[in-house]
Amino acid sequence: MSPTLIQHALLLSLALFAIGVVGVFLRRNVITVFMCVELMLNAVNLAFIAFSRAWGNLEGQVLVFFVLTVAAAEAAVGLAIIISIHRHKDTLDVDAFSLMKW
Amino acid sequence: MALFQAILCYVFGALALGAALVMVAQRNPTYSAFALIVTLVSLSAVFGLFGAPFIAALQIIVYAGAIMVLFLFVLMLLNVRTEVRAPGEGRVFKLVAIGLGALLVGEIGSVLVAARPALAGGFDASARQVARLLFDARYLYVFEATSILILASLVGAIALAKRDPSS
Repeated sequence: MSPTLIQHALLLSLALFAIGVVGVFLRRNVITVFMCVELMLNAVNLAFIAFSRAWGNLEGQVLVFFVLTVAAAEAAVGLAIIISIHRHKDTLDVDAFSLMKW
Repeated sequence: MALFQAILCYVFGALALGAALVMVAQRNPTYSAFALIVTLVSLSAVFGLFGAPFIAALQIIVYAGAIMVLFLFVLMLLNVRTEVRAPGEGRVFKLVAIGLGALLVGEIGSVLVAARPALAGGFDASARQVARLLFDARYLYVFEATSILILASLVGAIALAKRDPSS
């Protein structure tokens, strides 16, 4: 374990976050978009773990614990909303969900 | 030993990156979900190598175990087809999106490169140490509040996904 390795972990976290952002804009399927959001959350978790190791501080890991909890709650509610919308519109295309769009 | 650890870090990091690219490039959402599972498991290995065994286990149990099963369950339930390319997307919007994306990567990258992290010695992140901090007075109420959050999301998910009896 060396500082360079931590630096590279931070760059990996950046790359994963960027891939998640690209996916959110590129994909049209609402479930895939949702999975890209999960990927972004995980990229941030990796940054937390790397910083936690760098400074020998466990609070980063506690924050990752809370992020995991919130991600689980968010996935449950989000997928329930997707099921509910799919029942009304019979599609999963994000462009079809424009009810609350101005 | 340290070299072996570094090699494993790079192998799992590359695996996570490749699987993430496959996930975004893939048109079939079911394959995307499987690629995301590979990413999550590789990241869990990286967490373990970075001295976070508790979080690594949680990552497998909660993310790869619970959340991704939920995703696959919904994908099977809704009978999702491969998405089709939308006709006639704005070229201007695409250019603006690429520019803003490059700006975001540059911004975060410059901050991360400037961070120059040190490396603390004597790092102990066993489940015991993490739990000691988690049940510390600072985080105890937040920890208890997450149980209310989980309960609320449970009730919300059932209420939202339930079929309306009147229709």
